[in-house]
Amino acid sequence: MVEFFHMGGYAAYVWPVYALGLLVPLALAVQSLADYRRQLRLAEALEREAGGRVRRAAHKPDTEQGL
Amino acid sequence: MTHAFFALIVRDLRLAARIGGGGGMAVFFFLVVVAAVPLGIGPAPDLLARIAPGMLWVALLLSSLLTLDRLFHADYEDGTLDLLAMGRVPLELVVAAKAIGHFLTTGLPLVIAAPLLGLMLNLDVAAFPALMLAMLVGAPALSFLGVIGAGLTVGVRRGGLLASLLVLPFYLPVLIFGVSAARAAMAGFPAGVAGQSLLLLAAVTLVSLVIGPVAAAAALRANLR
Amino acid sequence: MSPMTSLSASQRLQAFANPARFMALSARLLAPLWVVSLGFLGVGLYYALFASPPDYQQGETVRIMYVHVPSAWLAMFGYSVMAMASAVALIFRHPLADLCAKSAAPIGAAFTFLALVTGALWGKPMWGAWWVWDARLTSVLILFFLYLGYMALWTAIEEPTRAARAAAVLALVGAINVPIIRYSVDWWNTLHQPASVFRMDGPTIAPEMLLPLALMAFGFTFLFVTLLLVRMRAEILRHRVRMLRLAQAAARAED
Repeated sequence: MVEFFHMGGYAAYVWPVYALGLLVPLALAVQSLADYRRQLRLAEALEREAGGRVRRAAHKPDTEQGL
Repeated sequence: MTHAFFALIVRDLRLAARIGGGGGMAVFFFLVVVAAVPLGIGPAPDLLARIAPGMLWVALLLSSLLTLDRLFHADYEDGTLDLLAMGRVPLELVVAAKAIGHFLTTGLPLVIAAPLLGLMLNLDVAAFPALMLAMLVGAPALSFLGVIGAGLTVGVRRGGLLASLLVLPFYLPVLIFGVSAARAAMAGFPAGVAGQSLLLLAAVTLVSLVIGPVAAAAALRANLR
Repeated sequence: MSPMTSLSASQRLQAFANPARFMALSARLLAPLWVVSLGFLGVGLYYALFASPPDYQQGETVRIMYVHVPSAWLAMFGYSVMAMASAVALIFRHPLADLCAKSAAPIGAAFTFLALVTGALWGKPMWGAWWVWDARLTSVLILFFLYLGYMALWTAIEEPTRAARAAAVLALVGAINVPIIRYSVDWWNTLHQPASVFRMDGPTIAPEMLLPLALMAFGFTFLFVTLLLVRMRAEILRHRVRMLRLAQAAARAED
């Protein structure tokens, strides 16, 4: 086990690589999902607030249906 | 059509020569950058001689970048660019005229000033013709690639810095081939490298002559709508 | 809606990939995509760290390759996705293609960054220096600059349709220039090849190393696609929020 963490003397290089390899994609995923949720909440809030009239005005074909 | 094309170039040259046109600024900047180098790295003649071609090329790149925002900015502000875009001359040709104007006001003076600065950096006199030839061949590419950055950032507040950022990666092949053409004329390089790098530099310039106007015109059309 | 046969080709294309359909389709795809990418990455990590032997020449540092090479692959893959989406956006004027290019950029940039940092961490034990101006490292660094410039252009132009067109032009010019830059850097590198530096021509890959490499590459690629879909969905919602706000402002102005 100790030998495994030692990585043949290259622990100082191998482990940071794996740490970054996990952290960078993880940070990207967290940021992407957070942004998605934020936009979803905003869109829902705006639709609720707007009610009927603006909703009709906002109905362009390309933004229609079950977003 | 050709008449309008040359009229555009002459107009840009006149504007640059006018007081407040900033025509001489690029050469002055070139001089200041080159003068800053020995102060930064020390005055040892052999060291300066070794880095001189690279230094002169980097200074040329920087002067070219710093003058990019002048290309379209004034014409965009006063609406001239809209008129040019709607005119009978294709926008690609307008852009090409602008790029030629940029080369004549920044690239060409710097090429002429290069030997003087080369002497100050203790560059081998035998390398002067190769250096100047390479700069003459490569500098148009800097202008024709530069218009892309200028076109993309027209109308963007403080777009000059952004334009430099966008364009600099595209300048790197010009830098690489240009420097090696000059350095190969100095001692210690295998024969044939100078000619080969000059040819490659010419190829890069030819490619930029095509994609520069096309891309910059497309960028301008996107930004002028 | 009228039958498909009565629609023109371009209308059919619009119908095929309109944002609403994209939202419905991507919603169904996301869960399986997450499972597949995390599955590949989990198994890949096991093989990369435990079930593969150290290299006879590079020792344990070869394990760095299992993160570094897939990242470098995605750095290039990301730019190709961006360039192709930009071409589609410019030719067919399709709004989804713009969003695809915009969404691909940060993901590609993140993997390019990862490739650079892991390259430095591999270089230190192999070359004895954190950074060498090796042809490959240098061109990946320039690729990173291209990504940053592309993203900077999107944020600099406020009006989305204008930003999209300009960014698409930049991505395409970049795509034409990438091979030229790559060639010039290679050429420059052979000219200045320092003799003392240990040259690493990519380890000849043994089969037991190919498996973890392939697993990690698949995992990262699926993760790329998953994140791309998530970001594209966020962009579509952002567009919708903008439309709703404009409509709201217009309605207020009428009152």
